[in-house]
Amino acid sequence: MIRVELPPHLQTLARVGGEVILEVSGPVTPRAVLDALEARYPVLRGTIRDHVTLQRRPFVRVFACARDWSHEPPDSPLPAAIASGAEPLLVVGAIAGG
Amino acid sequence: MSTVRVLVGTRKGAFILAADGKRQRWDVRGPFFAGWEIYHMKGSPADPNRLYASQTSAWFGQIIQRSCDGGASWEAPGGGPEKSADGMPRGESNKFAYDTTPPTGKPLTTHQWYDGTQHPWEFKRVWHLEPSLSDPDVVYAGVEDAALFRSSDGGTTWQELAGLRGHGSGPQWQPGAGGMCLHTILLDPSDPRRMFVAISAAGAFKTEDAGATWRPINRGLQSKYIPNPAAEVGHCVHRLALNRARPRVLFMQKHWDVMRSDDAGESWREVSGNLPTDFGFVIDVHAHEPDTIYVVPIKSDSEHYPLDGQLRVYRSRGGGGEWEALTKGLPQRDCYVNVLRDAMAVDSLDRCGVYFGTTGGQVYASADSGDTWNAIVRDLPPVLSVEVQTLP
Repeated sequence: MIRVELPPHLQTLARVGGEVILEVSGPVTPRAVLDALEARYPVLRGTIRDHVTLQRRPFVRVFACARDWSHEPPDSPLPAAIASGAEPLLVVGAIAGG
Repeated sequence: MSTVRVLVGTRKGAFILAADGKRQRWDVRGPFFAGWEIYHMKGSPADPNRLYASQTSAWFGQIIQRSCDGGASWEAPGGGPEKSADGMPRGESNKFAYDTTPPTGKPLTTHQWYDGTQHPWEFKRVWHLEPSLSDPDVVYAGVEDAALFRSSDGGTTWQELAGLRGHGSGPQWQPGAGGMCLHTILLDPSDPRRMFVAISAAGAFKTEDAGATWRPINRGLQSKYIPNPAAEVGHCVHRLALNRARPRVLFMQKHWDVMRSDDAGESWREVSGNLPTDFGFVIDVHAHEPDTIYVVPIKSDSEHYPLDGQLRVYRSRGGGGEWEALTKGLPQRDCYVNVLRDAMAVDSLDRCGVYFGTTGGQVYASADSGDTWNAIVRDLPPVLSVEVQTLP
């Protein structure tokens, strides 16, 4: 069980409140979690990663266990606390912008 | 009695303002999509309860929203009837992918960047949605970086009309201050195969084969900010407008200059006349008088507010040249707002109503063709777009 906390705008868009619970088969990586998130909530496709390039959108950050994972390789394993569901993966809108 | 519905897009959500034909008492609904930029909302002429909205965010990208009940409820089109077992939307509506297929995509590589170097096309947002005049499920989207997309399934999927970028002048297009956006889409009611679009900063373009091929229509424009002021492309056209009863006559508010074409865009002549400044963003045409046009002069390209702190709409009853200032009900001191390019519209009641929104959050309405004005609302977020529906 993977817990993902979305920013408020994306919670509204996906019609969820609070955390999202996902199942990820195989290694728990940023790519695997986002793939699972988008598979369950297709309306989120294009909101966190670019539709075509699958690059993280510039104003979206990903935090795990009090650490910025935004610039880690998408296939790098996430911390065990994320993989076990002890801690949520945080998808955060950057402070920059209006 | 007829009613009017004013669709207002703002920096932080959408609002719907409704009134009866007297246009004196207004019901204000919203914000819809609170916190998101709503670049544009527009209703289908074929089904007025079908509305489309461009919901966008620098953080989270582009969403298309659709309403089938006049704005009472909304959905991302892909998230409509088809849902997964647990009730979640299955589809996606926000995918605007540039055409890179070999037949049409090969010339669509780069455009000119601010500094004159070449830069790849990157999708940013939908500036303008233009529903078909006859089919509620067909809608066009003008986007940044400039391109034109079409949906024939109510906004669920989008395909680029790649002939626009593909005719060869793309490397000469460049961004204006607001980005390189396709912001105006005019459908010719007399010929469904003819469309006009405008791009900042590339100019105006026309198709006569329903979007398959395009050509620039900028003869007569003069722009000092490009190496050849009379170049075929590169002009920062801010807005085009036409009257449906006379679609071969086009009006243009350019970066500087108000222009007119009497031959469906083949040539243009300046009609700025006695305007105190001919910089501005909006231009629109009276619903019943094809030679009555409206602009809101803005001081300059670096001072985006009215001259002398006086918000004045200018009206010409002769198709340009001679202009009169309309001031009754508009602030005549200490006013330093802007009126953005998609933020003026007219209704089609017998006494034509004119509407515009400001970056100060006011939406002004005139129920007497501009003679007098009242603020419907004064304190919305900065207004990006205003559209009006006249309902039976």
